[in-house]
Amino acid sequence: MFILKLLLKNAFRHKLRTSLTMVGLVVAICAFGLLRTIIDAWYAGVEGSSSTRLVTRSAISLTFPLPMNYAQRLKSVEGVAGISWSNWFGGIYISERNFFPQFAVEPVSYLALYPEYRLKDAERIAWLRDRQGVIVGRKLADKFGWKVGDQIPLRGTIYPGTWTFNLRGIWDGAEAKTDESQLLMHWSYLNESIRKLYPKRADAVGVYILGINEPQNAALISQRVDEQFKNSLAETLTETESAFQLSFVSMSEAILVAINAVSLIIVVIIMAVMANTMTMTARERLAEYATLKALGFAPSFVVKLLFGESLLIALIGGLAGLALTLPLAAGFAQAAGTLFPVFQVSTLTMSLQLLAAIVVGAVAAAWPAWKMSRIDIVQGLRHVA
Amino acid sequence: MRAIPLSYIARNLWVRRVTTLLTAGGMALVVYVFATVLMMSEGIRATLVATGQPDNVIALRKGAGAEINSAVDRGQAAILESLPGIATDASGKPLLTKEPVVLNNLPKRGSGKPSNVTVRGTSPQALQMRPQVQLVEGRMFRPGTSEIVTGRAIASGFQGAGLGETLRFAGRDWTVVGVFDAQRSGFDSEIWGDAEQMLQAFRRNVFSSVVFRIADASQFEAIKAQIEADPRMTVELKPEMQFYAEQSEALAKFISILGTALSVIFSIGAIVGAMITMFAAVASRTGEIGTLRALGFRRGAVLIAFLGESLLLSLVGGLIGLAAASLMQTVNISTTNFQTFSEIAFQFKLTSAIVWQTLLFALFMGFVGGFIPAWGAARMKIVDCLRAA
Repeated sequence: MFILKLLLKNAFRHKLRTSLTMVGLVVAICAFGLLRTIIDAWYAGVEGSSSTRLVTRSAISLTFPLPMNYAQRLKSVEGVAGISWSNWFGGIYISERNFFPQFAVEPVSYLALYPEYRLKDAERIAWLRDRQGVIVGRKLADKFGWKVGDQIPLRGTIYPGTWTFNLRGIWDGAEAKTDESQLLMHWSYLNESIRKLYPKRADAVGVYILGINEPQNAALISQRVDEQFKNSLAETLTETESAFQLSFVSMSEAILVAINAVSLIIVVIIMAVMANTMTMTARERLAEYATLKALGFAPSFVVKLLFGESLLIALIGGLAGLALTLPLAAGFAQAAGTLFPVFQVSTLTMSLQLLAAIVVGAVAAAWPAWKMSRIDIVQGLRHVA
Repeated sequence: MRAIPLSYIARNLWVRRVTTLLTAGGMALVVYVFATVLMMSEGIRATLVATGQPDNVIALRKGAGAEINSAVDRGQAAILESLPGIATDASGKPLLTKEPVVLNNLPKRGSGKPSNVTVRGTSPQALQMRPQVQLVEGRMFRPGTSEIVTGRAIASGFQGAGLGETLRFAGRDWTVVGVFDAQRSGFDSEIWGDAEQMLQAFRRNVFSSVVFRIADASQFEAIKAQIEADPRMTVELKPEMQFYAEQSEALAKFISILGTALSVIFSIGAIVGAMITMFAAVASRTGEIGTLRALGFRRGAVLIAFLGESLLLSLVGGLIGLAAASLMQTVNISTTNFQTFSEIAFQFKLTSAIVWQTLLFALFMGFVGGFIPAWGAARMKIVDCLRAA
């Protein structure tokens, strides 16, 4: 108890310096947490994918469609329980800045494969009835202030023309990691409109989504599917949904590596600032430490004092940073809108933030503490700060 | 007013070597991040801008925005071919290529992770229209065969894309007969083959884009108006330079926004570090300040001396950071440009503008961090200072 009191008194002897150090710490710990959350958000699509879904796409690349008639053949593959398909629409809502994913899907089978999209029964029926109808996730509707019954105009990039859709339903995610930032439209409506304009481009499917009942056999089933279409005009590549989502993440790997490196650099910078503070503290109190040693306190006590002070400052700063991260992340999620479908500070991030603060505190005190434990008493007593 | 000599300022920093180095080190890291981010955006921009030629024009389907989702059918390509004002080569052929562009998912060397590579069907004309592209190994593909040439970044970065190797896509084996260097432009991340062969292999019957050179660049607007007035045409014309600049916009912007946000957050940490150091410097030299004032140096001189010390500190940090950042120029990065959904390789590019921006940024940090302590030092009363010593 006495020690703690001494530590507190010591830590706040230089109010200005200590508070400055803490400001630096708070900012760094906050930034560290936010960056980690951004990386998590990048992987959100992978986290939100289900192990009971496979995605089949063209082996050449995602931009090549698969023929519609594959659906029947896919259904007959052993292990495939359900099947649906979707096309990337890639339309622009008002301007390019309002990007959000839009898919043309086969409604009944798609909703059956994605039970985590919670849609009211009345809205579901309304969507199935209206060929120009669409449903959107709650987050997306909130962003643009859409209500059921609104008209949503989209300018096509892949499918030319201006398309107008009627909003028929808004789904809520079953879990926090469920994507609520998409728009789903009727595949058949898109297909028939395209058939009138470009007959050759009709009956094309972007990806098939396969439902499986035995996740442990995912690899085997994928292999069976791809063997079906080997050496055909459109070879397929089937992988689990999470692998499919990961392939998007790995595209921007370079950026992720950079963000990761940066979050480490933050910790190093704050270490430098903190070590600086502790070195000064130690230098100023040389005479005190010498006095303590002259009174018979062991060198380890001096070390404890320095470490304790450093850890105390680091912990207070770290906790404040942690507390500030949550509202900041919420604000950031608001600002980024649908750019990140899911944006949450994970418990792992929080524990890493605390760990970083403790490591910074310990490392910063190491060198001064070692030096102070070895001071010559006579020299120390002579020293005037 | 006499100023306090610079040597006094520099010597003060030298006396507290450890503290100086720690503070400057923190600043150097911030400056390093700041500079690399700017270099990255610049690198992406330079790569894509170098891809376009000033007198080349690209025709895409209206509203397509990228070659991948554009379509120009043979009829429209023929109309473009018959336009007056297209430049011709020495043998009188028009300088125009009709190109199908597709994405192909290929595994990277080393990691084996697949990434989307742009495959471009083209004609031998392309080399004349894109003077920055030079074959460095092997030869050009022969028209009408399954031969391909690969860009340098692809040849070194993807499995089976090196000279003499074969790539399998679209149900055929394609032999790599040459590797070209496109002087760090976007073509470095592409695979080129014969246009007609590509159309057949990928079972397409439309080109993605038509690129042609106009003999007189001032005629562009007239040609554009002529095409727009033609009811058979669903294409829009753009100067190639503008087209490629637009392609890089989103990625460069994203990186610079992210980088600026980070730099601002970091700089707070560095400024705090500088402040702590300067406050300590002032506190431990109270006696000196009193002596200086007693000798007749004015308040302003003391202010300038301490501010100068802080600025010098940040300059040291800035130079260390810049030196580290300039080492990044040798690093090649490749990532996916999410606007075109395809691989793009680029380098960090250091320009004199970035050097200036970075140093100014460093000095700004030093100024903000040092001003309050220096102000405090200048405001002290002589008597108090001397008493404290």
